[in-house]
Amino acid sequence: MILVYAESIDGNFKKSTLEAVSYAAGIAQSNGTQCVVVSIGHVDDAKLADLGNYGADKVVAVNSAKLVVFNAEAYAKAFASVAAAEGATVVVVSNTYSGKAIAGRVAAKLKAGIASGVISIPYTSNGFVVRKSVFSGKAFADVNLTTAIKVLAITPNTFDTHTFGKTANLTTADGGLSDADFISNSVEISRVTGKIPLTEAELVVSAGRGMKGPEHWGIIEELAQVLGAATACSKPVSDMHWRPHSEHVGQTGITIKPNLYIAIGISGAIQHLAGVSSSKVIVAINKDPEAPFFKAADYGIVADAFDVLPKILDAAKKLKAAN
Amino acid sequence: MKILVCISNVPDTTTKVTFTDNNTKFNTAGVQFIINPYDELALTRALEITEKQGGTVTAINVGLADAEPSIRKTLAIGANDAVRINAEPIDAYFVAEQIAAYAKSEQFDLILTGRESIDYNGGLVGGLLAEMLGIPSVNVITSIEVENGVATMERDIDGGKEKVSCKLPLVASAQKELTEPRIPNMRGIMAARTKPLKVVEVSGDLITSATVGFELPAAKGGVKLIPADQAEQLIELLHNEAKVI
Repeated sequence: MILVYAESIDGNFKKSTLEAVSYAAGIAQSNGTQCVVVSIGHVDDAKLADLGNYGADKVVAVNSAKLVVFNAEAYAKAFASVAAAEGATVVVVSNTYSGKAIAGRVAAKLKAGIASGVISIPYTSNGFVVRKSVFSGKAFADVNLTTAIKVLAITPNTFDTHTFGKTANLTTADGGLSDADFISNSVEISRVTGKIPLTEAELVVSAGRGMKGPEHWGIIEELAQVLGAATACSKPVSDMHWRPHSEHVGQTGITIKPNLYIAIGISGAIQHLAGVSSSKVIVAINKDPEAPFFKAADYGIVADAFDVLPKILDAAKKLKAAN
Repeated sequence: MKILVCISNVPDTTTKVTFTDNNTKFNTAGVQFIINPYDELALTRALEITEKQGGTVTAINVGLADAEPSIRKTLAIGANDAVRINAEPIDAYFVAEQIAAYAKSEQFDLILTGRESIDYNGGLVGGLLAEMLGIPSVNVITSIEVENGVATMERDIDGGKEKVSCKLPLVASAQKELTEPRIPNMRGIMAARTKPLKVVEVSGDLITSATVGFELPAAKGGVKLIPADQAEQLIELLHNEAKVI
């Protein structure tokens, strides 16, 4: 039986959750077993039932007043208790901050081998091998998990969602929790509204020192907004506090895997490329024709960003207006 | 206040990654190893906390003797003592088990890790370790203050921030904004030579995974250059050819 953790925010499942359900359902199908999904915290029944469309045979909802807010200890305990009760052999979570907050705890409870940053389905012809990104995307490693139960944290925006059209059987469980399981307290949650979180973005517009100063970011933000993209930046830019640290992509920042990454005025140092090289399409705009980014890019424009950005922005606006 | 900081010994960020032995081993030839940058932030923050309210900071690494320059550097930066568990760090589960076995005998108030190592990017040791010790864990923290046995932290969540409070002991993993790394001074480097670095042998034998091979990503097919005076074509190509917008 393949078990999935269905991460939700304010009662809604994320796209990465639906990807995880379809991923697990695919494994279940090829093994002739069931895909069981665990939702923790409050989610409406209609949304729980909708997971059948993405491949869930059964949805187990664990909910209580205390579980409305994420708590790593309690969520991990509840999830692992369902895993044990259902006899899970493969456990799937999304490789997000919350997914990883429980993944290690769940693996330790189940004495399960664990791989995070997984980008392949399991290959079972010789063991149970999954591929994961290592060195922040500079390479891949194939890892054989040798325990009876395996935990996989899969990378968002890597696997497609599929329509299975199943009717999921909805049940509930108490997760075996008591007050003693809630030790840490969430005091306050603040989410940026109206902007796409970088870690989940399918399109990213990123800029570097070539922009010459934080006062010139208006056109970057405008282009991102028109395209429906998130904004990102290079390490020097966040080190100089032109942009927040949360926008820094690269080996010591965030590793991302969007469908489109537009790099403006970023030379493409090896540490930066490591964090973005898995992007499906890369565009580099740089006035230096020798910039290393052009070797990693699919499309390039050798030009000063200030000269070409207005034209690109204008074309993007026209495209969006026409579609 | 007793703080344990978990340290990985990793290749410098400028390393060009290659493999040997039929793509089964990372090629360490000519590679400079450093303290994992996130672990260095955890160490610095631990020192800031103990400098303010007293206590000790112990650095721990699971690794072979070749990790000792990085461990010695933690002492030069300011750790009071260091422990090396003498084993190849096979995977996150193994490393967490080894550290848990040591931590059980020492009763630390706070255990800090980096949010992930920059080589294998697992980001799992903190959660595994906390569960093995039966204590709470808070990941990707960007601030931590400790007062009267309670830690108040800010952590990154998907699309925002969360403020979390938790009574000690706990395990927390350091994210970039936590603090600025410290460069060891000459006095620190001299003092590090005489600070204790204890070598401990492995305990337990649960092996949960094996890395069977590595592969480098395929090279890109070559860049399609768009003339600067026709830059607007980019949008058309991304829409009709690449089909990403």
